[in-house]
Amino acid sequence: MKKENLIEINKLCTQYEVELSFFEQIEQIGLIEISTLTQHQYLHKKHIDNVEKVLRLHNDLKVNMEGIDVIFNLLDKITILQEELIQLKNRLDIYENE
Amino acid sequence: MKFIDYYKVLGLTKSASQNDIKKAYRKLARKHHPDVNPNDKISEEKFKQINEANEVLSDPEKRKKYDQYGKDWQHADAFEKAKQQQSQQRSQTYQSRQGEDFSGGDFSSFFESMFGGQQARGRTQSGHIKFKGQDYNASLHLDIKEVFTTHKKTIEVNNKKIRITIPAGVVNGQTIKLKGYGGEGINGGPKGDLYIQFIIQNNTPFKRDKNNLYKTENIDLYTAVLGGEKTIETFDGKVKIKIKPETQNGTKLKLKGKGFPVYKKQGQFGDLIITFNIEIPKRLNKREKELFNELAKLRGK
Repeated sequence: MKKENLIEINKLCTQYEVELSFFEQIEQIGLIEISTLTQHQYLHKKHIDNVEKVLRLHNDLKVNMEGIDVIFNLLDKITILQEELIQLKNRLDIYENE
Repeated sequence: MKFIDYYKVLGLTKSASQNDIKKAYRKLARKHHPDVNPNDKISEEKFKQINEANEVLSDPEKRKKYDQYGKDWQHADAFEKAKQQQSQQRSQTYQSRQGEDFSGGDFSSFFESMFGGQQARGRTQSGHIKFKGQDYNASLHLDIKEVFTTHKKTIEVNNKKIRITIPAGVVNGQTIKLKGYGGEGINGGPKGDLYIQFIIQNNTPFKRDKNNLYKTENIDLYTAVLGGEKTIETFDGKVKIKIKPETQNGTKLKLKGKGFPVYKKQGQFGDLIITFNIEIPKRLNKREKELFNELAKLRGK
């Protein structure tokens, strides 16, 4: 894993004003992966989106980690359904104005 | 500029208590929060409205001003001037409500004319911690002919010109992510991403489903009955096809590899499916009618 794609968790704790345990909780529900290199913990850049979404759901809507896990699962389902909907709409075009 | 009924936005009456407002706001915020309503412009708009309503109604000072001058908001300036002297002597009553600011973004012009813009924005963004840059969304309208081949295009997003490669075979409604083409990160955070959704217009006689193309081809009755050849237009040129004798109306013919390019699989193409529509001759002359009658008799009709 390239180090330039990793961000030290300590830095993120300061930035987001949260404890390390917060990241551990997000890792437990499988939304991020924490890597340890030379005794420091890092997060890959690609997981930042999820961290910020978790923070917003937690801070803005007061949703706990279990609730956030449920929301992420449902959002994944919505994404799949939306893609299916686009495909079906495109397919419907074949039969329209025939 | 229109008057906004903030009580109606939160589903409350004027007599609502602070607790009622808090409850109604939280319930609606959970329903319309952008994170739980991805790509939903209606919810996004609704979320802004409930934020604005909460901004006013949950603050006793603002609520009082709104209740008194709401419908006559144009006279609010006079109200402000009269109050200025008093407020200078009073200590600041706005308090930060930590954790309750849902970062609603821009407020309506109605809100700004009554309460000013800066103050509201300053408060709503206070609870919003960001590190990664903002993601941008854009939609790109293309003609189906353009996406038949891979090509480059320069697009302008937020006054920045970006040259992107559009791979052949992109599908209508498909979104691609361009990493790092969004807003600048905060405190050394990564840049946001740019999401581009393709809207593909199709004014050709070809219907498209992913990689396959569909077209209806008219053939005359005699060719359908006796068989023959016909030159037809495919998406990228003409081909000669054989029509079997006794071809029925609605028969489908698959032309392999004459469809649309497969997304990100160079050299691979879908199929072109031709549906035959048999044209029955019109305005028959006397001789033709006689012959058709003879044919009918042969068939015992």
